[in-house]
Amino acid sequence: MNEVVLDARDISRSFMISQGFMRAKRPLHAVNGVNLKLHRGEVLALVGESGCGKTTLAKMLLGLLPPSAGTLELDGQPLASLSHLEVARIVQPIFQDPYSSLNPRKSIGSIITLPLQVQGDKDPASWRQRAEEIMELVGLPRRVYNNFPSQLSGGQRQRVAIARALINRPRVVICDEPTSALDVSVQSQILNLLQDLRQELGLTYLMISHNLAVVEHMATRIAVMYLGRIVEEGEAESVYNSPRHPYTEALLGSVLTPDPSLGVPDTHLGAAYPNPLDMPSGCSFHPRCTKMLPQCAQQAPSPIPTESGHVECSLYEENKGKMRITS
Amino acid sequence: MSNKILEVQDLTIDIPTPSGTLHAVQSVSIHVDRGETLCIVGESGCGKSLTSLAIMDLLPRKAVRKATRLELAGESVFDIGERRMSDIRGDRMSMIFQEPMTSLNPAYTIGDQLTEALRRHKKVSRREARDRAVFLLEKVGITAAASRLGQYPHQLSGGLRQRVMIAMALMCGPDLIIADEPTTALDVTIQAQILHLLAELQREFNMGLILITHDLGVVARIADRVAVMYAGQIVETGTAKQIFKNPAHPYTRGLLACIPIPGQTARGAHLGAIPGIVPSLVGRMPGCHFASRCSEVRDNCTTAPIPQFEGAEPGRSVRCLLADEATGREPAREGAA
Repeated sequence: MNEVVLDARDISRSFMISQGFMRAKRPLHAVNGVNLKLHRGEVLALVGESGCGKTTLAKMLLGLLPPSAGTLELDGQPLASLSHLEVARIVQPIFQDPYSSLNPRKSIGSIITLPLQVQGDKDPASWRQRAEEIMELVGLPRRVYNNFPSQLSGGQRQRVAIARALINRPRVVICDEPTSALDVSVQSQILNLLQDLRQELGLTYLMISHNLAVVEHMATRIAVMYLGRIVEEGEAESVYNSPRHPYTEALLGSVLTPDPSLGVPDTHLGAAYPNPLDMPSGCSFHPRCTKMLPQCAQQAPSPIPTESGHVECSLYEENKGKMRITS
Repeated sequence: MSNKILEVQDLTIDIPTPSGTLHAVQSVSIHVDRGETLCIVGESGCGKSLTSLAIMDLLPRKAVRKATRLELAGESVFDIGERRMSDIRGDRMSMIFQEPMTSLNPAYTIGDQLTEALRRHKKVSRREARDRAVFLLEKVGITAAASRLGQYPHQLSGGLRQRVMIAMALMCGPDLIIADEPTTALDVTIQAQILHLLAELQREFNMGLILITHDLGVVARIADRVAVMYAGQIVETGTAKQIFKNPAHPYTRGLLACIPIPGQTARGAHLGAIPGIVPSLVGRMPGCHFASRCSEVRDNCTTAPIPQFEGAEPGRSVRCLLADEATGREPAREGAA
C-alpha cells in the first residue's frame, strides 16, 4: 500500500501569454510548485474551480506536457528518462466527454486495440480476444466490437474509453471529470465500475472532478487546488470532516446534498475568481477569504504539515496546524 | 382569483423524423403559482427542455405542439400569433438558458443587450432603461455595474455572464421565469451563489419560477414542488419534501439511490443503478415507459397506458400501478402537477 507510484516534486508549469500585437508576452503560472505523491491502490481526488490548473497538472503527469520546473517520477524512474511509450504503459487517461474523445470513424474494436498496436504488441492474433476480455470486464457486450461510437449511448462510450485505457494494464489511471458529461443514472454505473476495476486490477486513480459528492464517495485522499497550488491535502475523511483551509470549507459548503429541509448555502466567496495573469500578492486566496489576517495580503503562507497531509494557510502558522484558531 | 401564473394542460409535442413520429412530450400538465418554484427534473432526452421551449413558443418549426390549455395569469397564450407572443416573451415571461457563453451576443455590449428588451416592451427613455440595467446588475451582485454596461460578453467570467443573463430576464419585471439548467456550466461555488441569488430575487419580486435541471441536489434545495419526467411523461409530482422523503415511483427511487450523499452513503460502497437505457420515443408505446428498466414490473404494466394517480395529499400524483394499489384510489383526471 505504501509503494509510491507517482511522485511529483515541486513541479511548475507556466505559459507565455500574448498580450496583443507588439506587446511583450507575460508568463501565466498555471501550476506553481506542486508536490504530490500517489501511493499504490489509492484514489487521490484533485478538486478546485475551473482555471486552477487541474488539467495542466494532469497533462504533466501523463507526460504530455513537460514541467517548466521540478521533477516527476513514475514507478521510481524519472519521467524525463522514459519514452512516450513507456509512460503510456504506466499511466493512462480517461477523459470527460466520451462524445469527443473517441474517433467517430473507427470501430469500437479498433479503438480499444489501438494501444496494443501503438505499443507494437507482438501477437496481433490475440488482440481480438484481449479486447473482448477487457470489454467483458467493463460491461460492454461483445456484439458492439464492430460498431461505431455513434451507435453507442454515452455510458457505453465511457466504457469504451475505460476499456481502451485499461487494455495495456496501466498502474495509474488519470480520470479527468469521468462522469460529468453523463446522466445521473449512468454516472452511478460508471462510478461502480471504476470502484470494481480498482479492486480487481489493483489500479491507482487520480480523479479530477468538481463534483464533490462524487469525490467524497470515491476518494481516499483529497488535494484541493487553488490558483496553481495545492492549498490543502490529506486523507478524505479528515479533509471532509474537518476542513482547515477556508477555501476547502467554502467548497464543501457549496455541495448541494439532496436534503429538502436545507436551503441554498451562501458561500460568501464573492464572484471574482482572480485573473491568473495578475495574481494577488501574498496568499492568493486572500481577496476572497472571510478569515483574512493582516499579514495575508503581503506574506504567502508556507505548507504546514497536518496529521495526514498539509495545509497552506496563515491561520495555522503559529500552532503548526494542530488546532484551529477561533477568531 | 387564483394565484396561478402558469397553467399548462395536456401539452404534447410530436416531432416528425424519417423513422416515424417522435412523441417527445406526452400530455404534460403543470402549473406554477406566484412566488413558487417548480422544478422539472429528469435525465437527458426526457423532454424537460422541450416543455419549457413549448411554453415560450420557441419550438423548432417542424415540432408539432398541442395543448388543451396554456394560460399565463389566466389568459390563453396558445397559438396567439407570433406578434402577440413576442410582446409577451421577455416582458411577462422570460427565460434563462444554460450556456451564458452562447446565449449572449458577442458583438453587442452588455448594456445594449440588457436594455433591448425593456426598450422593446415598455415606453422608456434610454436613460431610464440604463438606470434600470444598473439597478438590476447591482441587484445580482455585480460590482461597478455602470462600467460593465460598456463591456462585451467575452470580458466577463462565466459566473458574471450568468448573472447578466439573470438581470436581463428581470428587466421587464416578468411574472414567470423559466431557467433551463442555469448552473450546469458553472463551478460549484458559483452554482451555490447563483441559486441563492435566484431564490432571493424570486421572493423579492414574487415571480413564478420554473427550474429545469438534472441535479437532484439543486432540486432539493430550491424547489417548492417537483415534477419528475421520464421519457416524455411526468411520472411523479409532489412537494420537494414528499419527493425526497417518500418517493413513490420506482424511477424516482432509482434516481435517488444513484447519487452519493456525503455522510450517508458509505464511502466506496456500490451506488444504486438503473439498468438499461431510455426507450426510443418513436412510435407509440403501450403501457409504462419505465417498464423495461423497472425492478418491480408486473404483467399489466406493459399492456395499457398508465394514468396519473392522485396521491393521498393534494398535489401529489404518481404514474405507476404500484402506487395505485398502495392508495387504492381511482385514477385521477390527467393534470394537477
